[in-house]
Amino acid sequence: MADDERTEDAADEARENAHEPSATPDNPVVAAAIERFPDVIAEDSAGQPVAHVPREQWREFAEWLRDEQQFEVCVDVCAVDHLLNRDRRLPAGVPAERFDFVANFLSRANHGRLRAIAQVPAGDPTIASLTPVYPSVDYSERETFDLFGIVFEGHPGLERILLPDDWEGHPLRKDAAAAAVPVQFKGPKTTPFQRALPKEDQP
Amino acid sequence: MTERVHTPEEQERLVEQTDEGTQDDLLPRTEDLVVTGAQWPDEGNTMIVNMGPQHPSTHGVLRLVLELEGETILRCKPVIGYLHTGMEKTGEELTYVQGCTNVTRMDYASPFFNELVYSLAVEHLLGLDVPERATWIRMLLCELNRVASHLLFLASNGMDIGALSMMIYGWREREEVLRFFEKVTGLRMNHNFIRVGGTAADLPDGWQDDVLGLCDIVLEGVYDYDALLTENPIWLERTVGVGVITADEATALGVTGPILRSTGVAWDLRKDAPYLAYPEVEFDVIYTDNGDCFDRYRIRLNEVVESLRIVRQCVEKMPGGDYRVQDLKVTPPPRKRIDESMEALIHHFKIFTEGFKVAGGETYQAVESPRGELGCYLVADGTSRPCRMHVRAPSFYNLQSLPVMMQGGLVADSVAIISSVDPIMGDVDR
Repeated sequence: MADDERTEDAADEARENAHEPSATPDNPVVAAAIERFPDVIAEDSAGQPVAHVPREQWREFAEWLRDEQQFEVCVDVCAVDHLLNRDRRLPAGVPAERFDFVANFLSRANHGRLRAIAQVPAGDPTIASLTPVYPSVDYSERETFDLFGIVFEGHPGLERILLPDDWEGHPLRKDAAAAAVPVQFKGPKTTPFQRALPKEDQP
Repeated sequence: MTERVHTPEEQERLVEQTDEGTQDDLLPRTEDLVVTGAQWPDEGNTMIVNMGPQHPSTHGVLRLVLELEGETILRCKPVIGYLHTGMEKTGEELTYVQGCTNVTRMDYASPFFNELVYSLAVEHLLGLDVPERATWIRMLLCELNRVASHLLFLASNGMDIGALSMMIYGWREREEVLRFFEKVTGLRMNHNFIRVGGTAADLPDGWQDDVLGLCDIVLEGVYDYDALLTENPIWLERTVGVGVITADEATALGVTGPILRSTGVAWDLRKDAPYLAYPEVEFDVIYTDNGDCFDRYRIRLNEVVESLRIVRQCVEKMPGGDYRVQDLKVTPPPRKRIDESMEALIHHFKIFTEGFKVAGGETYQAVESPRGELGCYLVADGTSRPCRMHVRAPSFYNLQSLPVMMQGGLVADSVAIISSVDPIMGDVDR
């Protein structure tokens, strides 16, 4: 169908025009980060500064941001599962693992934002907890543990937060399809109607 | 108190009735209730009270585990998740076109902000420039929504503390705003009106008169609430010095919005990281220094006035032009063209079934919702559905401040404190 081709062309065109990751650290914080942490790889993601941080330096990097770069707030943390992502773009030198663990930092003093991303492998889904550095991420790290199964080392109370404690699996992982998880109900196995029946008729 | 021992017959009946054994098995274990990271005291005369999830003052299904010594709260642990519906997972299953319908249901008291932040994120990934009129329509609706949301707060906050008539007054004025929303979008809530590329429709004829009329009605109402509550000795008794949080605590806990501004931090994304056309309108950021329930009430009351100021400027400065971007990739053809052209019909069909594709990339966009920083972290993978749609829900983070605010307070104040945080459980649990 002609229309189909047009849509495909448009998508291809968009893909070509999309912002390619560039390694030029024009952001002063990112430049300072590379100087302090030589393993950090910078990226400009559509105008937003991103630092790819090795998993081993994750907490050290956050402490440095808080203490020396005036990033007072860790606005948000979350994980991304790239199991099925075929269009993934990572700057050269960053090892592609299954999970991205993403933290957005905010500096009110400098009106700046910075996003830090660490690669978390599927075989060993652990990363240092930022809760001792930024208490604000307490709940969201628990949420990430709950929904992705990433374990945070050093978190003071890592337990499920949104799902019941006895839930099995981690629903935001891509291999946990929305319809493939049987809904886990608890409570009485019989209905009130069945319980009202004479004993011998009950199931 | 001696423990009641069930006879075997009673035991059997209990098992039969509940299918879960005796009530003893259902009692929560002490170690389950310990506040995150804290040790449970071995001795002492403390009592654990479970508040919610079905409690009228918990604004939905918030559950609090309180440890009391007499009337004093020693510790508080919020338990959430009762309204978790997996909206982030659903967001990955829906196309970018359908996404707005999903996100608008998160913070149901301020649906326009959810739609706005999602649309901004998708537009940023697409590199789309939205027409000026669409931007101003969005700003008008968002500010009216802030008014409606704060009126809801004033109403429920009044009722929680005991000023029952506030419930009726707040609801009455909020109804005027919702009536205008119904006229514009067709729905009172969950509008799905702000969409990727602009808005779903233009404003209806005569909207200026409606908006200016409701501005007058709401402003009059705000003066009434001010006269009714602000200097009311009972109101002051219940709110001043209650649930105090400092600026450092609020910053460390990631608290944003009116709660942060009540601690003396004048941080408002509309001023500090402007989006839409906020640099072109005049308004003040309201902040106070005490960080108590009264200040949180006072800030929201004054923010209604500031929002009405922005709304009036929107009416004055509303530019002409398109209400959505004329980009064939994201904008369906107008209804009239569908009757005339086969191509337009196919085009329309494809946008609403298959959706449009977004090249790989990631972005974080944030707006100032009535509850604080509402953010959307969107990861695209080149298909017509997002690889990941994460929402930074302000209520979720603000809830972390409850244990700090409650500690050392009276159990009767817990209701006032929950209410002053203004959590929307749909936003917390998503």
